[in-house]
Amino acid sequence: MARPLISVPATAKRGEIVEIKALIAHPMETGYRPGPDGRVLPRDIIRRFVCTYNDVEIFSADLFPAMSANPFIAFTTVAVESGTLTFTWTGDNGFSQSETATITVS
Amino acid sequence: MTACAGVARRALGPMVGAALGIAVAAAAEIPVDERRSGFDFMSRALQDMQRDDTLNPGMLWVLEGEELWHRKAGAGNLSCADCHGEATSSMRGVAARYPSYDEETRRPVDLQGRVNFCRTRHQQAPPLAPESQELLALVAYVAHQSRGMAIAPDPDPRLTPFRDRGRRLFHERQGQLNFSCAHCHDDNWGKRLGGSVIPQAHPTGYPIYRLEWQGLGSLQRRLRNCLVGVRAEPYPYDAPEYVDLELFLMDRARGLTVETPAVRP
Ligand code: HEC
Ligand code: HEC
Repeated sequence: MARPLISVPATAKRGEIVEIKALIAHPMETGYRPGPDGRVLPRDIIRRFVCTYNDVEIFSADLFPAMSANPFIAFTTVAVESGTLTFTWTGDNGFSQSETATITVS
Repeated sequence: MTACAGVARRALGPMVGAALGIAVAAAAEIPVDERRSGFDFMSRALQDMQRDDTLNPGMLWVLEGEELWHRKAGAGNLSCADCHGEATSSMRGVAARYPSYDEETRRPVDLQGRVNFCRTRHQQAPPLAPESQELLALVAYVAHQSRGMAIAPDPDPRLTPFRDRGRRLFHERQGQLNFSCAHCHDDNWGKRLGGSVIPQAHPTGYPIYRLEWQGLGSLQRRLRNCLVGVRAEPYPYDAPEYVDLELFLMDRARGLTVETPAVRP
């Protein structure tokens, strides 16, 4: 499916608290639901989300079967310097997707 | 709430169907100034989710659709963009007036049907399956170009008999529960059916991201849910009945704003 939807302010003042939002397409199949043939569908979820800011980890989360499909994660960070935020989702069946966003701090 | 005023003004008949608590006195169509989108019946949280493009999961399909729009396909090796250019201008307003008349089949066609005609007739590519992620993404992308525009159905007179058939279907009792669409959506909108508020059934935001589906779905899928809800056998996907119903529903929603991709519970 599509690339993830990331929202990071393009510019910020040094020391400012900025909100970061990340939305990704994923079925988050729990592993508990029966499929159309009555057999349980195998689990297929994202297990981990990590965000780095100029290679320093600033936020991470472990995900579990109770999360909805297409999980949305929002958090805040302090704008310390201009640079790149990297978002990485990894999970079952070798799932791995990354996206980056840049921020200019003045 | 405005919805209560609407209910109070219409004299409701005796309650039948204890399980559903639905009043089945035939009421008139909803007056124009009382027409409102399903959006208005949702919680603040869901409204915010629809309004904010970084929160609205439907935007994932819109983005995917934008990619597909530029991807070459079929024996002709043509992309949608090769013929239609930028969708932001060429597709603006299309969803606000669909379904439209198709010369070749001499029938109305909905947006997803039109996209598949372009696949088979112009790209020499196989049609995309109903409810496939690709078809939903393309339709979401095309319909999104009309977001914010007022619904203004195609005035082509050849559509009239089909729209009339849609109107008849809307008022026809169906299923083991023996309800018509109008029983719920004209006579009892604003009231609750179990946990859900009954909306007025305006197709303003399709394809929609429905929380219950945990994904994007078409108007046909939504209508199938309502048909199954009254324990009627749903028409198969792409049956003409869906397009006829959509013609009528779009006419009934005239003037309301296109919301694609809408979020619904
Ligand atoms: C080879 C050229 C060609 C390609 C490629 C093509 N189309 Fe079309 N499209 C047309 C023509 C011509 C029409 C007018 C109706 C007709 O004659 O089929 C049309 C009509 C449409 C309409 C209706 C517009 C209106 O104003 O009613 C939509 C929507 C549409 N195309 C979407 C698509 C999408 C999505 C794709 C890619 C999957 C695509 N088209 C690929 C030629 C093309
Ligand atoms: C028993 C009552 C009932 C009947 C009969 C019924 N519906 Fe519905 N319909 C609902 C409810 C309740 C919802 C909202 C579901 C929700 O919010 O989860 C709904 C939703 C809809 C929507 C979605 C509106 C939006 O905002 O996206 C449309 C369109 C619709 N119905 C059309 C129809 C049509 C056409 C028929 C007849 C074939 C029909 N319904 C029959 C109860 C009914």
